[in-house]
Amino acid sequence: MLNFLPRRLLQLIPTLFLVSVMIFLLQQLLPGDPALVMAGEEKDAEVIEQIRRQYRLDQPLPMQYLYWISGVLQGDLGESMRIKQPVASLIADKLPVTLQLATMAMAFALLIGIPAGILSAVKKGTVWDSAANVFALWGLSTPNFWLGILLIFLFSVQLGWLPASGWVSPFEDLGQSLATTVMPAFVLGNAIAAVLMRHMRSAMLQAMSADYVRTARAKGLRERAVVLRHALRNALTPVITLGALEFGTLLSGAVLTEQVFSIPGFGKLIVDAVFNRDYAVVQGVVLVTATVYVILNLLADVLYVLVNPRLRG
Amino acid sequence: MSRWRQRPAALFGAIVLAVVVLLSVFAPWVAPYDPLATSWSLVRKAPSLAHWFGTDEVGRDLLSRVIWGGRASLSAGVIAVAIAVCAGVPLGMLAGYAGGWFDVVVGRLTDAMLAVPFLILAIALAAFLGPSLGNAMIAIGITATPIFVRLARGQVLAARNEDWVEAARAVGNPPGRILLRHIFPNILPPVMVQATLAIASAIIAEASLSFLGLGQQPPAPSWGSMLNTAQRFLTQAPWMAIFPGIAIFLTVLAFNLFGDGLRDALDPKR
Repeated sequence: MLNFLPRRLLQLIPTLFLVSVMIFLLQQLLPGDPALVMAGEEKDAEVIEQIRRQYRLDQPLPMQYLYWISGVLQGDLGESMRIKQPVASLIADKLPVTLQLATMAMAFALLIGIPAGILSAVKKGTVWDSAANVFALWGLSTPNFWLGILLIFLFSVQLGWLPASGWVSPFEDLGQSLATTVMPAFVLGNAIAAVLMRHMRSAMLQAMSADYVRTARAKGLRERAVVLRHALRNALTPVITLGALEFGTLLSGAVLTEQVFSIPGFGKLIVDAVFNRDYAVVQGVVLVTATVYVILNLLADVLYVLVNPRLRG
Repeated sequence: MSRWRQRPAALFGAIVLAVVVLLSVFAPWVAPYDPLATSWSLVRKAPSLAHWFGTDEVGRDLLSRVIWGGRASLSAGVIAVAIAVCAGVPLGMLAGYAGGWFDVVVGRLTDAMLAVPFLILAIALAAFLGPSLGNAMIAIGITATPIFVRLARGQVLAARNEDWVEAARAVGNPPGRILLRHIFPNILPPVMVQATLAIASAIIAEASLSFLGLGQQPPAPSWGSMLNTAQRFLTQAPWMAIFPGIAIFLTVLAFNLFGDGLRDALDPKR
């Protein structure tokens, strides 16, 4: 049933290869001598020389790429110019923070988006439907950093219920950890909830007009059972896969959300790196993000086959 | 016109859009004050009759800054999407029509670009290009290009074997002419719909980059950078955070509603 898997895995290789070339070529966009720009304020000849050596800037471009990519394949993403730490370990430090945030955001998105979508499909044309659609439009049109600022204003400045910024590890203090992440996770999940609601609504509407739903009704099942046991189970499949694809939105959104709430995650890492002109970190973060995203897309495909009985041959 | 009346949401979007566009175009005449004029006697004043939206941390009039910021946001959205359409549509059309290795290469390239989440690619591009509004537009435009490549390619693939294309080919039209004169007008409606919705995303992306400090540079007004500053004065001057956000929200909402309406209106199945 998963015989498409080897082919899909093979397809990942050219995609990731091109992504890595693209990220490598970003360096060429830098104006002037890259070594000089990468050194930043440090005009020390020794530092510049070290950068030249580290990036093999004296070699032709394809050779530079080969050196860089062979390092990357061995887990060496270069070294941060500013913090003097391997980029790989920087990313490994920050990833769990963003992962916690992303998981909580997805939980919010599912808890809001799925019921809202079901409700608006079942009560099509009523006030409930309109309300859910207004919510979806609101979610799609609100920049999440603005929503974050508004929530900070309400819950931190006015009411003083939640901390405005910072992050606490859940292994240190679970309560405090939840208190610091609940607002950013909601902000991050809000936009995805809107997308999920729209998908859920159309999938439910389609399922509700299917023959098996009419049969279920005809045999006298209560409407609740028809909706939950028959329509929902069929409609949920495409929504789950589409939801997995929203992970890219989640990573993009995390950059802004972490900035607003000063959360030391993945997104904050890339923004700080941009301002410190720490280009190796920027490249490393983009490369890791793309790899994670591509693999998640593959997993979504696998999941789709696994939960869809018709595709199980 | 009757079509618009059946779609109040799209009509609302169109009206808001018209207002925002007019305010931006006529900003020099509409804005009550100079958006850059500072005044130490007017630091962080709450909204009043003289200053409807209040003033900011150096006494600039927020209403004027929001109006001028609309110029930055709208032009960024439109120019970024124009870049994406001008680069993506021809590329996608050629790939779809020519097929073969060219199609494979273009397809792989779009796959690679789509493998990086939208904003992260835009941030990376803006970071290496250097922070400025122009570079933000370029970064967003490049990032949005693969969407239009895919759309145009798919549309051409669908149209390529239609009878009317076959007929055009049979009477001896060269491929370039077929693409330009026959296929292009037919794929225009979906491209227009996608472009309208893409402008909404591009405006959010520009505001995001400016919020991060990678777009419009201070003191020039932009909704994103105004929100960045506002966050530091949330306790003393919450109005600084409210109005630029409402401006982004309404503009993006208007583009989304208008785009949805356009799609419904142009979809022959409805």
